[in-house]
Amino acid sequence: MRVPVSWLREYVDLPADVTPRGLAAKLISVGLEVETVDEVGAELAGPIVVGRVAAIEELTGFKKPIRYCQVDVGTANGSGERQNIICGAVNFAVGDLVVVSLPGAVLAGGFAIGSRQTYGRLSEGMICSATELGLWEDHAGIVVLPEGFADPGTDAFDLLGLRDDVLDIAVTPDRGYALSMRGVARDAAVLYGAAFTDPAEVKPPATEGEGYPAAIADLDACDRFVLRDISGFDTDAPTPLWMKRRLALAGMRSVSLAVDVTNYVMWETGQPLHAFDRAKLSGGIVVRRARAGERLETLDHVDRALDPDDILITDDSGPISMAGTMGGLNSEIDDASTDLVVEAAHFSESGTARMSRRHNLHSEASRRFERGVDRRLPPYASARAVELLLLLGGGRMGGLTDVDPEVLAPPPIVVAEDHAAKVAGVDYPAGTSSTWLRAIGCTVEELPGVLSVVPPPWRTDISDPNDLAEEVIRFEGYENIPAIPPRAPAGRGLTRTQRLRRAVGRGLAGAGYSEVLSFPFVGERDLDGLHLPEDDPRRASLALANPMSDGEPLLRTTLLPGLLKTLARNAGRGSTSVSLFEAGLVYLPRDGAPARAPAPAVDRAPGADELTALAAAIPDQPYRVGAVLAGDREPAGWWGGGRQANWADAVEAAHEVARAAGVALRVAQAQAVPWHPGRCAALSVPGPDGEVVVGHAGELHPRVVKAYGLPERSVAMEVGLDLIEAAIAPADAPFISTYPVATQDVALVVEESVPAGAVEAALRSGAGELLEAVRLFDVYTGAQVGEGRKSLAYTLRLRAGDRTLTAEEATAARDAAVASAGELTGARLRG
Amino acid sequence: MSAPNNSYDPVEVASLHPDAVARMRDDALAAIAGAADLDALKAVRVAHVGDRSPLALANREIGALPPAAKSDAGRRVGGARREVSEAVQARQAELEAERDARVLVEEAVDVTLPWDRGQRGARHPITTVAERMADIFVAMGFEVAEGPEVEAEWYNFDALNFLPDHPARSMQDTFFVAGADGAESGLVMRTHTSPVQVRALLDRELPVYVISPGKTFRTDELDATHSPVFHQVEGLVVDEGITLGHLRGAIDAFVLGMFGERLKTRFRPSYFPFTEPSAEVDMECFACRGASVGDPDRPCRTCSSEGWIEIGGCGVVNPKVLTAAGVDTGRYSGWAFGLGVERTLMFAHGVRDMHDMVEGDVRFTAAFGSEI
Repeated sequence: MRVPVSWLREYVDLPADVTPRGLAAKLISVGLEVETVDEVGAELAGPIVVGRVAAIEELTGFKKPIRYCQVDVGTANGSGERQNIICGAVNFAVGDLVVVSLPGAVLAGGFAIGSRQTYGRLSEGMICSATELGLWEDHAGIVVLPEGFADPGTDAFDLLGLRDDVLDIAVTPDRGYALSMRGVARDAAVLYGAAFTDPAEVKPPATEGEGYPAAIADLDACDRFVLRDISGFDTDAPTPLWMKRRLALAGMRSVSLAVDVTNYVMWETGQPLHAFDRAKLSGGIVVRRARAGERLETLDHVDRALDPDDILITDDSGPISMAGTMGGLNSEIDDASTDLVVEAAHFSESGTARMSRRHNLHSEASRRFERGVDRRLPPYASARAVELLLLLGGGRMGGLTDVDPEVLAPPPIVVAEDHAAKVAGVDYPAGTSSTWLRAIGCTVEELPGVLSVVPPPWRTDISDPNDLAEEVIRFEGYENIPAIPPRAPAGRGLTRTQRLRRAVGRGLAGAGYSEVLSFPFVGERDLDGLHLPEDDPRRASLALANPMSDGEPLLRTTLLPGLLKTLARNAGRGSTSVSLFEAGLVYLPRDGAPARAPAPAVDRAPGADELTALAAAIPDQPYRVGAVLAGDREPAGWWGGGRQANWADAVEAAHEVARAAGVALRVAQAQAVPWHPGRCAALSVPGPDGEVVVGHAGELHPRVVKAYGLPERSVAMEVGLDLIEAAIAPADAPFISTYPVATQDVALVVEESVPAGAVEAALRSGAGELLEAVRLFDVYTGAQVGEGRKSLAYTLRLRAGDRTLTAEEATAARDAAVASAGELTGARLRG
Repeated sequence: MSAPNNSYDPVEVASLHPDAVARMRDDALAAIAGAADLDALKAVRVAHVGDRSPLALANREIGALPPAAKSDAGRRVGGARREVSEAVQARQAELEAERDARVLVEEAVDVTLPWDRGQRGARHPITTVAERMADIFVAMGFEVAEGPEVEAEWYNFDALNFLPDHPARSMQDTFFVAGADGAESGLVMRTHTSPVQVRALLDRELPVYVISPGKTFRTDELDATHSPVFHQVEGLVVDEGITLGHLRGAIDAFVLGMFGERLKTRFRPSYFPFTEPSAEVDMECFACRGASVGDPDRPCRTCSSEGWIEIGGCGVVNPKVLTAAGVDTGRYSGWAFGLGVERTLMFAHGVRDMHDMVEGDVRFTAAFGSEI
C-alpha cells in the first residue's frame, strides 16, 4: 500500500514538524510495516515554472517535427523576456499553459537543463512532459495545463506536487483496513493524537429515479450490494492532474476518468468499486455462484472456465463480472459509455480468497475483500464515486439500489479489563485498554472487571481477547515490554537420538568427511542414473504437486543422488579428491496410507483415533547417513605415494557411523544396486529376529559412475541410523587383565571364495575366552598356496585374567581356533 | 671361581695381585677414554664394567684369599671398579653432551613441511549454527523437539490457525505433496518448524519448554538470499502466567548467547496466524552498533546501515492454537518464536550468497570445522 504523505495529511491533521521518516517509524511501531519512504521528486531542482506559449515557429528539414517556441515565463527568467525553447512535441498550441524548466533546472533522472544550441537555434530551457517531471509515465507529449491553472512564471513545484514522500507499507494479512488512506490515517491520528477526517463520511446525495435492479441470490457469497447509476457522462472528460498525480504516486496507472475515479475512491476508502456500461447490461443484476459450464472473459482478456464456487455478478446474459476480483470484458466501459452503473459491494472474504487463488487472479479488489472490507462502506464509497464522476465528467445523478439484508452482528467480545496487561507483562493503569480501543473505533462498555467490546466494522480481524490486547499493546508501545528471563523447569538435555546424530557428524568430520546438505528433490533421471530396477522400492517416491523444477518432482528415497551430484559438482570445480557425507531424512510412502491426510476440527484437541489417522497418513521418514568418496583418500606427497579411495573406505565410513553408536557392524559380501557387484558389502546389526541389514557400502557400479559423471572408481555408503541406534546395547565395562599377553601368529589357507570375515569369526569362536583380539595382518595369493586359494595371516592376542598363560595354554587356544576355522571354512594351516 | 677360603690358606690369587688390578683398571680407563661415541662406550661398559669384565671376575676371587688378605684386596678391587665406573659415567656425560651439540643438530628437519596425508573434514555450518542456537536454549532448560519434514496440512496450517481460505495460508509458498491421480494428499513439505509446536503440545506434559531446529521448505527460487530449502529454529513455551515479557527475556538471552554481548533488541508489531499479538524481532547490529545510521562515510554491510538486523518473528501463542492442541487456555498461555538459521549464519559469519550454503562445495564447508 503506497501512501503519499501529502494525501494522508488530508485526513489526519499531523503536526507540521512531522517528517516522513518520523511518521514511518511511528507507523512501524504500531504494526504498519513501512518498507520504504520514497522521496519522490527529490532529485528535481528549479527553476521549473508555468509558461504560456506565445509563438511557435515550425522548423523544417528535420526527420521529425521540431518547434521553435517563444514562451512567456513571467519574470521567472529574471528578464521578463520571452524564453526561446526548442520543442519536439506537437500536442500544444499558441496560448496553452505549459511547464517550463529554465537553465539550471534538474529534471527526473538527474537530467540537467541548460541553454544549448540545437536544430540551429539557441534553446534556453525545455517544455516538460509528465515523465520528465516525474509526475507519471506519459510519452504522448508535453503537459498542457488547464486554462486558468496559474499565471506564467508561477513556481510549479507546489502547484503540481512535484515533490512528495510516499510510504510503501507491507500490510499484514490481518490489517485489511490499512489497505486504504482511511485506515492508515486513522492509526496515524491515534498515534499523534491528531484530528481525523473520515473520507467515508459522505452525505449521501439525493438520487433521481429508480436504481438499477439487483438481487443477491447467495447471502454467503455477498451480504451487501449497492448500485448507483449516472447518465450523460462526458467520456472525453480528462482525469484532473491532481488525481492522476495521486494515482501515480499510489502506483496505479491512469486509464480513463471513470476507471480512475473508482480506483481513487478505493485507495481513499478501501472499498473496491466497479463501473459497468449500462448500455451493455441486459436485465436485472443477480449476485450468485457460477453454474456448471459457465465462462467469462475477464478484463485481462483471459477466457476463464468458472467453478461452481466462484461468486459472479450476472445479468440476463450470464456472468458479467467475477465478484470482487475482476470485471468481464462484456460489460467494460469504453469511449461511448455515457451511462454508468457503479457497483460497491461486500463479498465473502473466504469466497473471494478461494476464487482469486483458484484462478491465480490477484487484483487490488480481491486483495482487499479477502482481508476484510467495512460492510457499511458501499453506499458511502459509491456516493463519493458518483459525486466525483459528476463533478469531473458531468452528467445526471441516477438512482440507488442498496441490497442490505439483515446480518447477524457477532456478539461483543467480553474481556478482562487487565487482559492486555497480563498478555504484555506490563502493569497498565486502569482505563488504558478502554482508551486505546475507543481510539481505534471500538465501542467499549466498562463492566465490573471486564470490558464488553464491539469492534468497528472495518476491523473484521478483531474477534478474540488477544486481538484486543494487541491493539492496546501496540499503542502502549512494544518497546515498553520488559525482558523477563526464562524460568524453565530443569530439562533433560538432548535425547540419545539427538546426541547420536551429533556424534555421527563429528565422527565423520573427524575422519575427513565434509558435510553437505543437498536438496531432497530428485527426478526419474537420478533414479535411472542409479540403475535401479523397475521394481526397486527406492523408485516408489512421493511426488510434489508443484515442484521447483519439472525434472525433479520426486522426494528422495535415498541420499545417494544428492551426494553423487554434489560429488560431481565438486569434481567439476577441481576438487577431485573429496570425501562427503550427508545426514538427513528420506521420504518413504507408507503402505496403506489414506488417500488424504485427515484434517480434524481445531476447536478442540484431536482424539486418539484422529491422531492415529493423522500418523498413518504421514510418510515414513527415516534418518539416513550417506557418504561418497573419490580420488585420493591419502594424497601422494614428499613422504611418498598416496592411496586412492576404495571400497574399503566406504565400509570404514559405515563403521565410523556405527562406532559413534558403540555398535559393531557385521560385514557380508553382497550384491546391491548401485554398487559394483563384486565390491559391495551388506552391513548388518543383530536384531531380535536375526541380523538386520542397515545399509550397504562399496565401490559404485561403473555405469552409475558414468551416468553421474563421477571420477572413476568413486565409492559410496548409505546406512539407516535409526536401525543402528536400535541395536545399541548398554556398554559393559571390560575386565582389564594386567597379566602378560601371549601372541600367536597363524597363516591359514582357504578357498578364494571364503570371506575373510567368516575365517575371523571361526577363529574367534574356536579360541574361546582367552582370545583378547584377532587381527588379519596379511593376505597372500600366489603359487605357494595354489590356484584359487589364498593365505590369510592372523595374529591372535591371548590373555587370561588371573594368571600368566603358559606356552601350552596359548598353543592349545591357537589350535582350537585353527580347528574351528578348519571346520567352518575349510581352512588349513599353511605349511 | 675359586672356592671360598675359610681355612686361612695363604693362597696367592694372580688376578688380585696389585699390579694385575692396576692393569685392569688402566686398560678400562684407556678403553673408556678411547670410546668415540655412545655406542662404543656401551661396548666398553659391557667389557669393563659388566658382569664378565676382568675387574668383576677378579672381585669374585676375593673370597679365595685368606681372611687377612681379603680386606686389602677388596679395597683395591673396589677402588678400581669405582674409578672405572665413574670414568664411564663421566665419559657418558661427555659423549651425550657432544651428541646433543652435534648429532641432534644434524638430525634437524624442516618442520614446515606439510603433513596433509589425510583429508580434513567439516560439518556443515548450518548444522553447527542450528545446534548452537538450540544449545543456548537447552542450557536454559529447554528440550529439543522434532517432527517430520513431510507434514500433514493439519499440523502445518489448520492447527496453527491458518484457516483454509485465509490469505496467510497462500502467503507461504507451499510445496504440496501430490495425491493419487492428481487429488490432494493433505500433505505438504513443512513451511516452517511451527508444526512441531503442535506436536510438542499434544505429546508432552505441561509446562512445555521446547526448541525445535529443522529443515523447512518454500517454493522460492534459489538466489543470493533465498532457497527453497532452509532452516529454522523454533522456540515454544507454554506455562502458567506467560507474558510477552518472558518472550523478550528469552530473545535477549538468545542474543547474548549467540552474539555474546549486551546488544539491544526491539519488537515490532506484526502478524502470524499462530501468535497474537505477534512481533518481528530486530537486534542491534553487532557490527556497527548503529554507528552507520545516517553516516554515509561509514556504511555497514551487515545491517545495510539500518542499525538493526531482523532476526525472526515471535508472539504470544494464539489461544486458538492451544485449543487445537488441547491446552486449557484459561490456565495456560505461551510464547513462540522462529529464527532463521541461514540468516544467523549470514550475519555471524559473513556468508555472502545462499548458493554457497546449498551447493556443498568442500572449500566452503572446510572453513567452519566441526563446531562453530
